[in-house]
Order: sequence, then C-alpha cells, then structure tokens
Amino acid sequence: MTAEPRAPMLSERLMDLGRRALVIRRTGILIPFLVTFAALSLISPSFFRFQNLTNILDQQAGIIIVASAGTLVLIAGGIDLSIGAIYGLAGAVSAQVATSVSSPVGILSGLGLGLLVGLINGLIVTRFRINALIGTLAMSFVVSGFGAVLTKGNLVVAFDHPDFQQFAATRIFGITSAAWMMVIIATTIGILLARSTFGRYVYATGGNAEAARLGGVRVNTIRVATFALSGVAAAMAGVLDASRVLSAQASSGSFLTFTVLTGIIVGGTSILGGEGSIRRTVIGCLFVALVANGFNLLGLDPFYQQITLGVILLLAVGIDAWSRRFS
Amino acid sequence: MVALTQDVHLDIRGLGKSFGATRALDDVSVEVRSGSVHSFVGENGAGKSTLGKIVAGVFPPDQGQLVLRGTPVSFHSPRAALERGIALVAQEVALVPQLTVAQNVFLGVEPQRGGFIDRGRLLEQTERLAQDAGFDLRPNALVGRLSIAEQQQVEILRALGRDAELIVLDEPSAALSAKEVEHLHEIVRGLARRGHTVILVSHFLNEVLELADTVTVLRDGKVVQTNPAASETEASLIAAMLGRAAGRAYPDKRPPAPGTAVVLSVSDVHAPGVAGVSLEVRAGEIVGLAGLVGAGRTELARAIYGAAPATSAGMAAGVTTLPGSPSGSLRAGVAMIPESRKDDGLLLQRPVRENVSLTTLPIFDRLGFVRRGMEAEEVGSALTKVSGTPRLEAPASALSGGNQQKLMFARALLAKPNVLIADEPTRGVDVGAKRDLYRLLVEIAAQGVGVLLISNEIEEILGLSHRVVVMRLGSVTAEFEGAEMTEENILAAAFGTAPAAAA
Repeated sequence: MTAEPRAPMLSERLMDLGRRALVIRRTGILIPFLVTFAALSLISPSFFRFQNLTNILDQQAGIIIVASAGTLVLIAGGIDLSIGAIYGLAGAVSAQVATSVSSPVGILSGLGLGLLVGLINGLIVTRFRINALIGTLAMSFVVSGFGAVLTKGNLVVAFDHPDFQQFAATRIFGITSAAWMMVIIATTIGILLARSTFGRYVYATGGNAEAARLGGVRVNTIRVATFALSGVAAAMAGVLDASRVLSAQASSGSFLTFTVLTGIIVGGTSILGGEGSIRRTVIGCLFVALVANGFNLLGLDPFYQQITLGVILLLAVGIDAWSRRFS
Repeated sequence: MVALTQDVHLDIRGLGKSFGATRALDDVSVEVRSGSVHSFVGENGAGKSTLGKIVAGVFPPDQGQLVLRGTPVSFHSPRAALERGIALVAQEVALVPQLTVAQNVFLGVEPQRGGFIDRGRLLEQTERLAQDAGFDLRPNALVGRLSIAEQQQVEILRALGRDAELIVLDEPSAALSAKEVEHLHEIVRGLARRGHTVILVSHFLNEVLELADTVTVLRDGKVVQTNPAASETEASLIAAMLGRAAGRAYPDKRPPAPGTAVVLSVSDVHAPGVAGVSLEVRAGEIVGLAGLVGAGRTELARAIYGAAPATSAGMAAGVTTLPGSPSGSLRAGVAMIPESRKDDGLLLQRPVRENVSLTTLPIFDRLGFVRRGMEAEEVGSALTKVSGTPRLEAPASALSGGNQQKLMFARALLAKPNVLIADEPTRGVDVGAKRDLYRLLVEIAAQGVGVLLISNEIEEILGLSHRVVVMRLGSVTAEFEGAEMTEENILAAAFGTAPAAAA
C-alpha cells in the first residue's frame, strides 16, 4: 500500500475544530470586542466620544460590579440567580433609609442586606446541600417578595435628598464615582482571584471539589464566601443605581441577573466552574454593552438586539463545550 | 456433565486487550461448553472481569475472535451481544430504580399494542419469567425499594426475558449476605439445569468450586489453565494464580530499627466498609495493606485521613489525635495520595505549580496573598526531588499518568508529613515511572516517614513493605512479617481460605 494523502476523517476534523475552539476560548472575547469597538468608531460618528464612552462606563458600573463577584461564584462551581432580587431590594431599602435616616446609613443598610442574603444563599448551598441554581432561584422569589412587601410595590423616591445622589454621581476627572468604584472593585476582585490564597481555593473548589477537600481546602467556607461577596456586590449595584436616579423599585432587578450572566459567560468563564477570570468578565460585559450601544446609535430595531445577544450567548457556551470535549 | 459430548457454546480465541500501558488480556483462549457453568478466577487485575466484559460486548477486544456456536462474532456494544443471546449481570446493578420490576425487565423491548405498552402482557410475562426462574418478585414492585440480591434477580430476569442463552455473572455474590448467596447459588444451578450457559467471574473460590463445571485460572492477563472443577481444590487454584511476573527491580528494603516510635496508631476504626480495624505504623516503616477489591482498604485509608465519616476508639498521628478532616489530618502530619488521582487529586485545568502547592498554600501566604517566587521555588525543588518534570506552568492534564502521580507525591512531600498513606500509587503508570515511584516510596520512608501502602499488586506489596496487613470484608484477617510475608500466605488470607500460619 502506498501512502496516499487521504481526506481527514470526520472525527479528525471535529478534533481540529475543538482545538480551534479551545484557542478561541483562551484568547477570549477580546478580539470580537476590539473589532466591534473599531467598527462602531468608524460607522457611528457619535460613538467614539468622551461623553458616550463615559456614559457606557457609568451605566455598566453596577453590572460589572455584580458580574465580577458573580464570576467568583461561577468559578467556585456555583451560580447565583438571586442577584437581581438583591439588587432591587437593596436599592429600594437604601433609598428609603436615606430619606428617613441619612444617606450613609441608607447605603450601609443596603449593603448589609446584600451580605445577609448572600450568606443565606451560601448556607443553603453548602449546609443544606441544595443545588445552587434552585436554591438561589427560590431565594430570588423570597427576596423580591420582601421588597414588594416593604415598599408596597411602589417606587421609592429620594428626590429631596440630593446628598444621596453624591454617592454614585460625583464626577472625578469627568468620570462618575460609580464608574470609579466599579474600576476599583473589579480590579480588587481580579487581583484577589489571581493572586490571593482565597483565589486559588476558589479555582480549586470549582475545578475539583473533592480534590480540594482532600487537599485540606475548606470547600464550603469558600463557597459561602463567594455567595456572600456576590450578595454584597449585587446590593452595591442596587444602591449605586438608586443613588444615581434618586429612586428605586424593588422589582427593578429582574433582568439584571440575565444580563450579568450573559456578560460573564460571553467573557469566557465556564459555567461548569474551575475556570475564568475577572478581566474576561469585564470585557464580556463591555462587549454586551457595546452591542446594545451600537444598536442604539445606529438606530436599529432593539428587537434584533435581543436576538443578536441570544446568538452570541449560544456561541459562547458552544465554544466552551467544544473546547472541553477535545482538550 | 459428560463434557466431551457437549458442544462448544462460545469459543474464545486469542483475545488481547490493553488499557493504556496495561496489558489486561494477552492471547486468551478458552472454550465454554453449552449448558455448563464456567468460572474465571484470578487475582485482582488478572483479567477475569475484562474477559467477562469482552464476552458481553462491554468493550471490544484489540486482538482475537469470539466464535459463538461456530459463527465468528464481534460485538460493538452490550446490546449487540444481547441480540446474539449473551447477557451480562454486572458487579454494579444497572437498573432504573424509579421503575417497577416489570418495566425494568422489559425496558426497551416492551410488549406493545397499537403503539402503547401492553401493560397486561408486560405483567403477565414478567410473572411467568419470575415463576420459571423460581424468583419471589412482585412485577409491580419498585426496583429502588428492592435489596441488592433482588435487584440482581431482576437483572437475571431481564437477561432471560431477552432469551439470553449465555449469562455472564460478574462477581455476583460480592455484595450479598450469606443467605442471599445461598439463594444465588440455587439460581445459578437452576439456570444451568434449564440449559443456559453461565460464565461466573468470582473471587470466592469456595463458590467457584461449588458451582462451576470448569474453571479457568488467569494470571497477568494470560490463561494459566482450564480444568474441570472436580479436579481442583482451593489450594490448587491459589497455586495456579501465583507465579511471578517479569521481574521488576525493587529498591533494597531498609526496615526501621526495632523500637522506633509509632507515628500512626488507630484502633477499632468503624466506617462504611470498615469493621473495627486497628493498626500501627512506625517511623520509617512501609506497611503494605493487602486484600481483594472491596475488602475495605481504601475505605480505611479515607477514614484515617478524615475524608469519610468514621468512628474509632482512637486515631492518632505521633501524639496528635486525628481530627477527622483532611485539613486537620494535614496539620497533624498525615498526607494521603488518593486512589484516583483524576477524581480525587488533580485540578486538571490548573497549572502544575498550583496543583503541587494546593495543600501547603498557608506556608506561602503573606497577608492573604500567595508569595509566587517562593512558591515556584519550593514546588520546583519538590518536583525535582520526585524526579518529575518541573514544567510548572503546564496544565496538569498535559502530563502523563506517571508524571501526574509524581505531582501528587510532590504535593504530599511539600506538606512534610510524618505519615503518608499511598492508595494505589502506581495505578495506570508505565513500568519506568513505576520504578521511580518505588524508589521514591522507599526514600520517603528512609527519611522517617511512616508509609501505609495500598496496592492491588501483591508483588508490589511484597517488594516494598516491611510488614503486610491483610484485610478481608472490612476487617484485618492477618498480619505477616519477615519470612511469613509470602504471596501464598497473603492470598490465602485475602481469599479467606486457609487459616493463616500460626504466628
């Protein structure tokens, strides 16, 4: 038999595709993000403006803060579906307390609530061994319900307390305090994840919980900590947004959960745990925001925006699954 | 049992099978006669289960041929084997617990009427099958509520319901009580009486001698002999299972001086699969823990390490009482290399450096952050010590099995343990890496660490251990030292056949 060059078999071609998917996942969302950024700069004259870009940053502040903490939860092998509900409750409570007591107390009470719910989430998942998806979904109903009861379903307004607005809307070098806080929080969590002992344990817990446990890692403590951080971050986002517009509605966070998860997953953090990074999440969230901003500036039908996002999300998850199968 | 006049049901010709570097079966040829009970016996890893599984289509052979009643066949799946009348009743039952007996028996081949399942016929046929086989099973009972013995009967019914003529029973009595075993034996005899052929894979020699017409002994993947059961005894079977594989170089033994301090002492440990075990390990001593698969060795190791809940009258490392959690055990100076490095040891996607330092991060911690330079240095030197590749930043998944295992050793060594529990440290590792690991175990012990070594390879245990503890059915049945440490004695104690030589 002579060695004829033969056509690659289907399985080989699939392997090849899988390897390419792995490369795509490693480089992450950075390239699509840069391409979109460049394209929008060329197509839309109003895109590459200080005003527009800082607006995007300001609007994404809350989402990126929640997504950074949510990335920790995902890497540790969990998921938190209650972030939207915490966001709504914390915003409403902080606005309420800011009007009735004072702004600092309002801010702290919002954050404290977030911490409390996060800790409860952690206990539900670890101590009571309830699946994170279901446990936090149930908690999202409970938390939303509390919010509705506390506010009687009304919009909470703090228009007569402009000092509350300073928390989110003070401009420093032309950029809002909300955006600055986002930068600081995302950077801190990023460094924590990449450099700290805690960060190592987060990766270990999600990568192989049994190996981590046998290696002496207190897996449950790590999980609880990620949920607690996620709760505080969601509350922070709620407080920031309430502060920015001086009003809040307890039911306002329902869409936030999905926006945040989309950002994290499009960024390339695996939904199966053990992998991911804050840098990816930030770029993922910004990419999603760019797509929305682009539709906006180009005057495209917003319905197509949702379809586009859905397809991007499917692609991101698909690439993750492919690269895992063949790596 | 006029063997000569019986025709051959299944002719196994020259089967070969490898798993990675391990040669599980090598040129295996056996004739299984119609209507006989044919037993495969051998040590752990001799290839008896693999042979049974190839016959039932669980995996295909690499070489060789199965000839079924004169026709060459090859099975790509258990389903294909079933279509040719061969069914496997596996060690672990494979039933749907939420379904009834009848639904499980006819799963996938339900009697139908007009596109719907004919429930009446389903119950009736199940009832009839159960009656024929002499089983006391209600067709409507939920399988999840049945005992393991009953679930096994459902599996047998499932095989019979598909007109299986050859039934492979893989370690059927391993999980049964004495009474249930008795009943199982009745069932096997009944099957043979009604003309079925039974292949019985078992490590209970008395069971084999009681039931089988023919016994094939396997060793290191090869057939040693196939003889009528009537001409065999337990002693003759054990003798056939013995024999040395190609010699492997073991380092010289350096047993600790008498009176060396005890570094691990446990008494009356109870855990799932462990029934009251006491043992001691001295500094510098390698204690081999031998036994059959399922004898409770891994369970004991996990209980000592605190990986699984356990009770005991006392567990201590040095002078520290073991606190019953992995993190506490590590602090008390006990490290464990788990049985399955992939499931219980490695973070496959993370770099080697992070894998090695996982248990010792607190050492490298400064104000909550990892001192990377120090970490890389220590991990690098630990890897060099175990003669592993210091490819610190490669993901653990990129390493060979041998290097992954060296990584696990490096992790354990970084913790500077007084006691090292090594559970199957050379599983799935090639010969060269095995030698490295043997040398490493001996060196670790020579530095004063007490080593508890679990291995399925008796040869390995004999080659490395200073003392051997044998477990059977969750208890320690024998302990051998010096000249008594022979393969014969260990096997006899592991199989529970002969009384251990008087100490």
